[in-house]
Amino acid sequence: MPEKHAAAKDRSTVRSLLRLWPYVRPVRTRLFSAAFVAVVASCLGLVIPLVLKWIVDGPVAGRDPGGVWLGALALLLLGVAEAGLFGMRRWLVARPLAGVEAAMRADLYRHLQRLPVAFHDRWASGQLLSRGTTDLMLLRMFLAFPLTFLLVNAVTILVGFVILLDQQWTLGLVLLAPIVPLVILCSLFESRYAVVARLAQDQVGDLTTVVEESVLGIRIVKGFGRHRSQARAFRELSERLRGTELGKARLLAGIWALITTIPEVAIGAALVLGTVQVADGGLSAGTLVAFLSTALALRWPVESIGFLLAMSQEAATATERYFEVMDAAPESSRSGSADAAMSGATGVAGVARIAEAGATGAVGAVGATGGTEVADHARDAGAAEVGAAGATGVDEVARIAEVTAAGATGATGGREVADHARVAGAAEGLCFEGVEFRYPDAPAQSAPVLARIDLRVRPGETMALVGSTGSGKTTLTALVPRLHEVTAGRITLDGEDIAAMPRERLRRLVSVAFEEPTLFSASVGENVLMGAEDAGEPELGRALDIAQAGFVRALPHGADTQVGEQGLTLSGGQRQRLALARAVVGRPRFLVLDDPLSALDVHTEALVEAALRRVLEGTTALVVAHRPSTVMLADRVALLSGGRIAAVGTHRELLRTNAEYAWLMSGAEPGSQPRNGQSPRKAGPEAGTARSTAAEAGPEAGPKAGTARSTVAEAGPEAGTAPSTAAEAPRAVSGSGGTAIPTAAAATHEDDPAGPADGEAARLAGRDVADEALGRPEPRDGPSHGAAQLPAAPSSGHAEGSPR
Amino acid sequence: MTMTTTSTAPSDLKDEGDPFDRDALPAPQGATGALLRSLLAARRAPVVRAALLLLLQQAAVQAGPLLVAYAIDRGVPAFRRHDYGPLIAVAIGYAVCALGAGLLQYAFIRTSARVNQDVLLDLRGRIFRHAQALSVDFHERYTSGRLISRSTTDVESLRELLSEGLQELIAVVLAFVYISAMLLWLDLGLGALAVLSFVPLYLLVRRYQRRVAVVFRTRSTLIAAVIVKFAETMNGIRPVRAFRREHANDVEFRRLNHRHERSNGDGLLEMARYVVGSRLVANTAVAGIVVWGAYRVASGTLALGVLAAAVLYLRRLYDPIDRLGMFLNSYQSAAASLEKIAGLLAQTPSVPEARDPKELPAPHGDHPGREVVFEDVRFAYRTGGEVLPRFGLTIPAGQTVAVVGSTGAGKSTLAKLLARFYDPTEGRVLLDGVELRDLATPELRRGVVMVTQEAFLFSGTVAENIAIGRPEASRAEIERAAKAIGAHDFISGLPDGYDTDVRKRGGRISAGQRQLVAFARALLADPAVLILDEATSSLDIPGERAVQRAMDTVLRGRTAVVIAHRLSTVEIADRVLVMEHGRIVEDGAPADLIGGEGRFADLHRAWRDSLV
Repeated sequence: MPEKHAAAKDRSTVRSLLRLWPYVRPVRTRLFSAAFVAVVASCLGLVIPLVLKWIVDGPVAGRDPGGVWLGALALLLLGVAEAGLFGMRRWLVARPLAGVEAAMRADLYRHLQRLPVAFHDRWASGQLLSRGTTDLMLLRMFLAFPLTFLLVNAVTILVGFVILLDQQWTLGLVLLAPIVPLVILCSLFESRYAVVARLAQDQVGDLTTVVEESVLGIRIVKGFGRHRSQARAFRELSERLRGTELGKARLLAGIWALITTIPEVAIGAALVLGTVQVADGGLSAGTLVAFLSTALALRWPVESIGFLLAMSQEAATATERYFEVMDAAPESSRSGSADAAMSGATGVAGVARIAEAGATGAVGAVGATGGTEVADHARDAGAAEVGAAGATGVDEVARIAEVTAAGATGATGGREVADHARVAGAAEGLCFEGVEFRYPDAPAQSAPVLARIDLRVRPGETMALVGSTGSGKTTLTALVPRLHEVTAGRITLDGEDIAAMPRERLRRLVSVAFEEPTLFSASVGENVLMGAEDAGEPELGRALDIAQAGFVRALPHGADTQVGEQGLTLSGGQRQRLALARAVVGRPRFLVLDDPLSALDVHTEALVEAALRRVLEGTTALVVAHRPSTVMLADRVALLSGGRIAAVGTHRELLRTNAEYAWLMSGAEPGSQPRNGQSPRKAGPEAGTARSTAAEAGPEAGPKAGTARSTVAEAGPEAGTAPSTAAEAPRAVSGSGGTAIPTAAAATHEDDPAGPADGEAARLAGRDVADEALGRPEPRDGPSHGAAQLPAAPSSGHAEGSPR
Repeated sequence: MTMTTTSTAPSDLKDEGDPFDRDALPAPQGATGALLRSLLAARRAPVVRAALLLLLQQAAVQAGPLLVAYAIDRGVPAFRRHDYGPLIAVAIGYAVCALGAGLLQYAFIRTSARVNQDVLLDLRGRIFRHAQALSVDFHERYTSGRLISRSTTDVESLRELLSEGLQELIAVVLAFVYISAMLLWLDLGLGALAVLSFVPLYLLVRRYQRRVAVVFRTRSTLIAAVIVKFAETMNGIRPVRAFRREHANDVEFRRLNHRHERSNGDGLLEMARYVVGSRLVANTAVAGIVVWGAYRVASGTLALGVLAAAVLYLRRLYDPIDRLGMFLNSYQSAAASLEKIAGLLAQTPSVPEARDPKELPAPHGDHPGREVVFEDVRFAYRTGGEVLPRFGLTIPAGQTVAVVGSTGAGKSTLAKLLARFYDPTEGRVLLDGVELRDLATPELRRGVVMVTQEAFLFSGTVAENIAIGRPEASRAEIERAAKAIGAHDFISGLPDGYDTDVRKRGGRISAGQRQLVAFARALLADPAVLILDEATSSLDIPGERAVQRAMDTVLRGRTAVVIAHRLSTVEIADRVLVMEHGRIVEDGAPADLIGGEGRFADLHRAWRDSLV
């Protein structure tokens, strides 16, 4: 995945490696001592030729065998000291370097655990793993060798040249000559090697991905007999890697050859010149021996620079790769507070607007019913403003209606709306207010996955979330435990903005079961009890019972059986039941279940449902559902369509009143659905346009007040007159109380098969009817009629005609 | 990895003795060596060439001190006599050696890199192909993590050995041999003393090797534990977050990491001990040889140049000792890795390719479906645990059969036998009278295709993912398949439509959508027999309907086996099989069974109720 390898930044090797400092800092004393010791040891090594010179020019030249012993003793002492120092260097850094590696790994792990889920969506775990293992080992090796030895060798070479120049400066200069070309060559090499080294590391990552996928997708590869083409793809990639590696080798071979040859030529020249000088008598034989011995002693430090640089280069790449991940911003514990503060600020201004909008919603209802009581409420709530709102102009009102969250509660009556608005979030249960979400890596111009989600799950209520494939249900559920952060709007738990809550607490309040049930390498019991810190045996038994996970008892060691990557493998259905048990074991206040029963057979599903229903009684729950059976767990259902909540109601209500819902739940045979012959997937959302109008007005009032309109819309021109709307409207008003009143409109709908046949006509007609219904009973509410109608603008596009 | 329901019958549980529980599968005696030999055997010529180059290169490098001796002992006196010949010879000799050493070095690195890379390419390919050839039941037990680490970290440790270690070892050994020979040739006594010093060195190396092997074995187990914890956390990041495991994980990871750190440090300390010991021996030997040599020069029995050369050689002799230690390190880890790889390669596929493949008869009549016969089939997992006790079934060509039954009843096993993910323990599975074992893979996959619940998407575009069904399909065909299954709308809505990379920006695809892509794939493959194993579990009802419509139209006339918990699928079936404990307990047309009083009637009633 080339995209991930953040474009090789033009960061120099040194700059990259300097970033290691915070990790090296704690062990700096030992590391510096070790470097110092190594320098001393190297210099001792350079003294040995001097002793040699002394022996050759002194006792040997003087034919004094006794003096040789003294030299020998000196040599031995030097040798022992050198050995001791080299050992000491290694001893000094052994534990600290292992410690640095471990600390960096622990930090990486810690950090990765706290990175947003979106980050993990983008990064294959293999890429992360390679950073945590091979890259860190490279870094430890770098700290152990190249870092120390680049310094040590530099000092050694420096000291060596001082000795060489001191002994015979002419010969010394001959040896110094190649330094300049070598430095230039090395830096040239370094820059070219860096590119290839990174390319190779990344290609290894790509290769890993193919391996990973071919294993994870083995059933598909086998099922379609594609293992040959898979092998071909693998071969292509590995050949590409081989090409890169060979390129790397070519560079390395070149620099090695030069580093070997150039100093050797210089030494050869020094040898010849030295020999001439010895013959001339300008130089003692001992000096020449010592000189050459020193020069040869310097050969290794010089030669090693090539691979030390290569290693440093790889370490720099590893550092870059490591910090690529470490630089990603974690879910900061206070990230939400900024948003919270902001919404707090807007909150003040918002109250007024909310009140307006609430009133607007209520007035909409008033328009429909003509009921004075509601009108009173509406006035209380600020019907005065309605006029103002009307005056502020079409756009403004539309915006207000959209933005507003509490308009939601409009149906309960204006006063309540106002109350809700004033106590901003005193609402109990789980509330989504104007929630918008787009993935952080989504293209900027793309539509958000979720837009203006307004939904309230009352305390103790179970809300099913229904929507077509890919409508964003899973995404919505991920917002509640803040696995993803909302891009706009807010979510509250019992009135408390989750963005302002410490994640720790939030996730203790909310328990989740995912569509993809993951078990960890631990016992079954531990896996389930992850859901609650202080739960014990009895809770475990209860949770397993609820999830109908009786199979656990039949496992070899019961609940102590190891499962996960390093243990027993369970079937999808079994894992799903354990994941469900994990979600309910802590008796959480809030429960989010993402299609929790998809892998269960009908029989087990029924049993789980029965048990779950008891659990859900006191729990506020949001349950993603594909099937009517799962929906039956819920008190009410929210329909997610086109990134918004299109309707809310009981299963029966929605089945009757909402074509898309009915279509989703029954898969209504072609012929009984709107817009015959069209792909059902298309027909759904289109038929829903009129409804979405209502949904925008507010989560609760909206759908219900909206139901009136949509019903009208669907009922068609003949049926959609004031009476039917009026019949529907009271329900809208009392709707939040949960009373479901069979509606005339629905009946009309059933009686009128011709109506739904033409969605477009119905919608147009519906608009007219709605206009009529809203506008007629209370002429003075002219502006409100406009306001009520306006929210339709964004989706239906008929706004321009409204404020007549 | 997601398992199928059937593989978890209690009798299939692994006991402690299962080799799959440990990281390494047992490799037959000598398999590791045989693997290495077979990898190198194919490259004998370049290996020999590389060795020769290194031999020559070392010769060129080691000639230096000899030239020094020659210059001091012959060149100086000759120069004094105004005989410049020897010195010119030295100059030329040194230049040639230097250049030669450089060029040979260059040639050697490139040759050996080629050998190394070819070996790695070969080994990677072998692991990959072998893993692909191994049957599904192997993968279910071996887990992806292990296979990935076999083909990545284990190959990597061999790479290190080959690219750095081996060259180092050869260079060190060559240097030892050359230098000992030179020293012996220069002066027998001095040479003998140097060779004598090899004895304590050898003992040191042996001791180090033994001790470090222990440390390394522990260390590799400990790093494996770290890796597993790491990978598991990252793969399950959502539940980790949602259940606030971060802190507990940190603690656990710190424990594992710390254990590895200790062992890591142990290894480094072991190395420190080795370095001290070997340096001590080397430096003592140098002092001894110098003393003795100087003594003899002083007493006139040794030329000064010889002593100088001997001293220069000695320095070179003991320089690579540290590097020997490093080689031992990489050797140990590579050996451990190769053993694991050899263990993997020693596994035989339980579903082998047909040796003498037969062809399916030409499709008869107007429908493309084929007849399926299970003839006295019995199936048990390798670990024991019978899933299907003797079983017979005939599905006429073109029939759609729904298989229902509770978890563990053997439905998935039935499907996998038909897809030849497994071979029956006894009996035969026949497709139009030809046994599945006798069909070559391409022929088999034209015959039978299976769509499973987990719809995995490969890196690449949506179109490429669908094209897995039939790689030669045109874009129009791909789109037609997607349209037929109702996947076209959502694919068109993706940022780049069919060309959207599923792993890149905006490429998020939900579980249900993945299943639709998997279906389009199967549709494109256009098989005679289609198996759907819970393939619609994440689809919404309209999605499921679209699939059913597609089966009614596009797949009409094909033989189909449908396994589903949702009985909605049954509505399109011609025939229903109810399975219980590996046996078919009911078999008949849906209407008949629903009308009856059997299990299916119960199930159906329960399901109807659930629909409300």
